[in-house]
Amino acid sequence: MPDKVGIRGAGKRRFIDELPFCRAMNMVLEEVGEGTAVVSMPWNDRLVGDPVTGVAHGGAVSSLLDTCGGVAVLSHPAKPSTTATLNFRIDYMRPATPGQTITAHATCYHLTRTVAFVRTLATDEDKANPVAMATGSFMVQT
Amino acid sequence: MSRKRPEPVQIVKQRRDAALRALVAGIPFVQFLGIAFERHGDELTAVLKFDDMQIGNPELPALHGGVTAAFLETAALVELGWQNLWHEIESGRLDADSLNPATLPRMPKTIDITVDYLRSGLPRDAYARARVNRSGRRYASVRVEAWQDNRMRPMAQATGHFLMPSPSAE
Repeated sequence: MPDKVGIRGAGKRRFIDELPFCRAMNMVLEEVGEGTAVVSMPWNDRLVGDPVTGVAHGGAVSSLLDTCGGVAVLSHPAKPSTTATLNFRIDYMRPATPGQTITAHATCYHLTRTVAFVRTLATDEDKANPVAMATGSFMVQT
Repeated sequence: MSRKRPEPVQIVKQRRDAALRALVAGIPFVQFLGIAFERHGDELTAVLKFDDMQIGNPELPALHGGVTAAFLETAALVELGWQNLWHEIESGRLDADSLNPATLPRMPKTIDITVDYLRSGLPRDAYARARVNRSGRRYASVRVEAWQDNRMRPMAQATGHFLMPSPSAE
C-alpha cells in the first residue's frame, strides 16, 4: 500500500491514482477524514453489466466500495501503515441509474491492533436511495 | 426399439460454444476485466487473465480486492445464467446461433454477496468455479471459489444470493 501520508493533504487525489485498478476505473478521492472517506466513480460504458438495461455490473460497485473502505481504514487516527480486505459483504438495494456518477462513503468505526471494521454506502445522484451497502473487516498493520 | 442417433460432436460443440459466447460477450464490464469462460460439457471455469490494470497494491504487488470480488460475482452470475440457458438450447427452445442480448434469457440479479479473502491475489491468471447450492423460482444461492497456481490453496471464496428473472419478463 502506498505511504499513508499520501492520503492526507495536497497529495490525496494522487493516492488513488497510484493504484492501477482505481486509475483504470477513474476513481476520484473526494474527501478524507479521521477514519472516513468519500470516493466517486464517474459513469463509463465499460461499467455496464447488463447490456439490455445498461445497468452497472455489481462488481464495479463492489470495487468502489472496497477501495473506499480501504481508504477509510488508512485514514484512521491510529495511522495503520497497510491494510488488506479480509471479508466484505455487499447488499445491492437497487440498480445504479445508468449515466450517473456513483459515490461511496466509508467509515472505519472500530480498529484494533490487527483488524479494522468498516461500513460503506454507495449512492448515485439520488442520494436518498442508496444503491448498495457493504460491511467489511480489514487486516491492518500499525 | 431403435434409439435416436446421437448428434455429430461438432454440432453439439458448436451449439454450446455459441451459446456460451453469446452469454458472456455481451457484458462490457466482463470484457473490460478480461474474464473468459472455459467449458467442459456443462462445467464452466472462469478465467481472469492477468493485466497490470488489476493491481490494487503496487508494493506487493497484489490484485485489487474489487477485481477479486467482481471476478467471483461474475463467475456466480454466469454459472446461473448458463444453467438456465443450457436447458433452453439443449431442448431446442432457443437457437444458439441466433442468440443476442435481446433474445437471451434475462440474467439473474445479485441480492448480496459475501467475499472471503483467503490469500493475497498474485499478479497472474486466476480461475474460479461456481456451484449452485439452491436454485428456486425466486432466488438462488451460489458458492464460488477462486484459485491461482494451486487448486487446493484458494485465493478467495464467496457466497451470494441472486434474484431469478421472472418468467413474465422474458
